[in-house]
Amino acid sequence: MKILAIDTSNYTLGIALIDDDRVIGEYITNIKKNHSIRVMPAIETLMKDCDMISSDLDKIVVAEGPGSYTGVRIGVTIAKTLAWTLNIPLAGVSSLAVVAASAGHYFDGIISPLFDARRGQIYTGLYKYDNGRLIVDKQDHLLLAKDWVAALKVRQERVLFVGNDLPIHDAVIKEALGDQAVLAKLTEQNPRPAELAFLGRDKEPVDIHSFVPNYIRLAEAESKWLEANKGKND
Amino acid sequence: MGEFIMDKHQFIMGIETSCDETAVAIVKNGREVVANVVASQIESHKRFGGVVPEIASRHHVEQMTIVLEEALNEADIEMKDISAVAVTEGPGLVGALLVGVNAAKAISFAHGIPLVGVHHIAGHIYANRLVTEMVFPAMSLVVSGGHTELVYMKEHGHFEVIGETRDDAAGEAYDKVARTLHLPYPGGPHIDRLAHEGEPSIKLPRAWLEDGSYDFSFSGLKSAVINTVHNTEQRGESIRPEDLAASFQDSVIDVLVTKTVNAVKEYKVKQLLLAGGVAANKGLRSALEEAFNENKEIELVIPPLNLCTDNAAMIAAAGAIMFNKGVRSDLALNANPGLDIAIHNNI
Ligand SMILES: [Zn+2]
Repeated sequence: MKILAIDTSNYTLGIALIDDDRVIGEYITNIKKNHSIRVMPAIETLMKDCDMISSDLDKIVVAEGPGSYTGVRIGVTIAKTLAWTLNIPLAGVSSLAVVAASAGHYFDGIISPLFDARRGQIYTGLYKYDNGRLIVDKQDHLLLAKDWVAALKVRQERVLFVGNDLPIHDAVIKEALGDQAVLAKLTEQNPRPAELAFLGRDKEPVDIHSFVPNYIRLAEAESKWLEANKGKND
Repeated sequence: MGEFIMDKHQFIMGIETSCDETAVAIVKNGREVVANVVASQIESHKRFGGVVPEIASRHHVEQMTIVLEEALNEADIEMKDISAVAVTEGPGLVGALLVGVNAAKAISFAHGIPLVGVHHIAGHIYANRLVTEMVFPAMSLVVSGGHTELVYMKEHGHFEVIGETRDDAAGEAYDKVARTLHLPYPGGPHIDRLAHEGEPSIKLPRAWLEDGSYDFSFSGLKSAVINTVHNTEQRGESIRPEDLAASFQDSVIDVLVTKTVNAVKEYKVKQLLLAGGVAANKGLRSALEEAFNENKEIELVIPPLNLCTDNAAMIAAAGAIMFNKGVRSDLALNANPGLDIAIHNNI
């Protein structure tokens, strides 16, 4: 089974091709460059280099967020359209789960992948490996980094932090958790698209038409409107 | 076109997501609409009193593949029958445009179908070719929520903007005046309706600008309307909204029609093509019909309402011309919110 995996949810642009248990190709960059211009050419190049054409594909896997709204939408739009038009299954995987899987395979403890969400906030969740399978301990959510580390301190477990945005929050993490916190090494911070592909391989396909990114947050106008209209319909 | 094989039909798919409509259409041989699907988000944006870009982008992702599938079903053809995918690359809301552009690129890659990036206004103008064959030289009056332009075309696929708004677009002025009169969003059709029930009895300015200029300006008129409402309220008087709407509409249409008539004469065109969402305005339609009624040398073309508002058939129609002229976009095609219509020239 040949799978194309696409991750454009953050600065990292990741494309992978796997065939059953083999990673055939991976493309990763971690630069502030326009995903919209680069994703399709990257897919085209990688597939060409791997001697594959679109009709060889059996499944599409996409990182569904959280992350940059625009970034996630680019990947999800391409993935949905490819899966629909090639008439093959589509699976979505949490962008944070991919980060956790990219560094946490051999970690004995809980894994907190994170993306910076500005103003001291982070997108994060809790994951751990159980018999080689990545399982969710706490769903992805958005909160202040300082509130997150305070909650983790209570658990008294060793926590592996992963993500390219760690330098923004490592002071807060270290201060609250000390030796309880382990920071992933530099080469493991990028979400690996091959990990995304394998996580998606084992997931149930979604309904392509109704599949949407997991933004976590409502659009700002929407939450303001809900706030302003609270109780009006009661 | 001598070697063009006529027994093989050409189907162009159009994709349009520049604002708040997710649209896919299929046009046969450049002129015949065989599918025209538009998923409007207007109900969702109404509560905000205008289009919210982030929400528009989210809706596009929800609708994109559904609308694509509906269009293929409506046309009763398959992807392999499509000769090219034409997509709006700009101008418009960048996040919204990105959804259409990336969907188009995915289709192009998946099936090896050529891709053609189309300027949104070129699309609006080419809605006219779905009504009648275009004859050159032609002039197009483009009036929409974001545009007020006079575009001269010496031939297919060549666009020269000879006049444009220096501030608000006509549609924008309509929406702002509608808000002043507490009319629901979108305000344009409400003003048009009220105007027909009122008398243009209130004196409002007309911005002619310099002699011979084909540019427009509507911000002064908009301010005059707001001031009129304000002043009468302060005097404790009331104003008939119908009369104010009629006076406002009269001023807008007077400027639009007069400048258009002048441009058409100076450039000696054979056709005047009305384009854009405001072309749905009954007042504008009848004023143009009246102005061009006596002039039999110039054909006035006004597309039906569903081809005036944003749709993808117009993008496919413009895309067909570009495609047949050899225009191709590659997979690095990007959304360009400030795209110049001259991208289509020099081909
Ligand atoms: Zn438009």
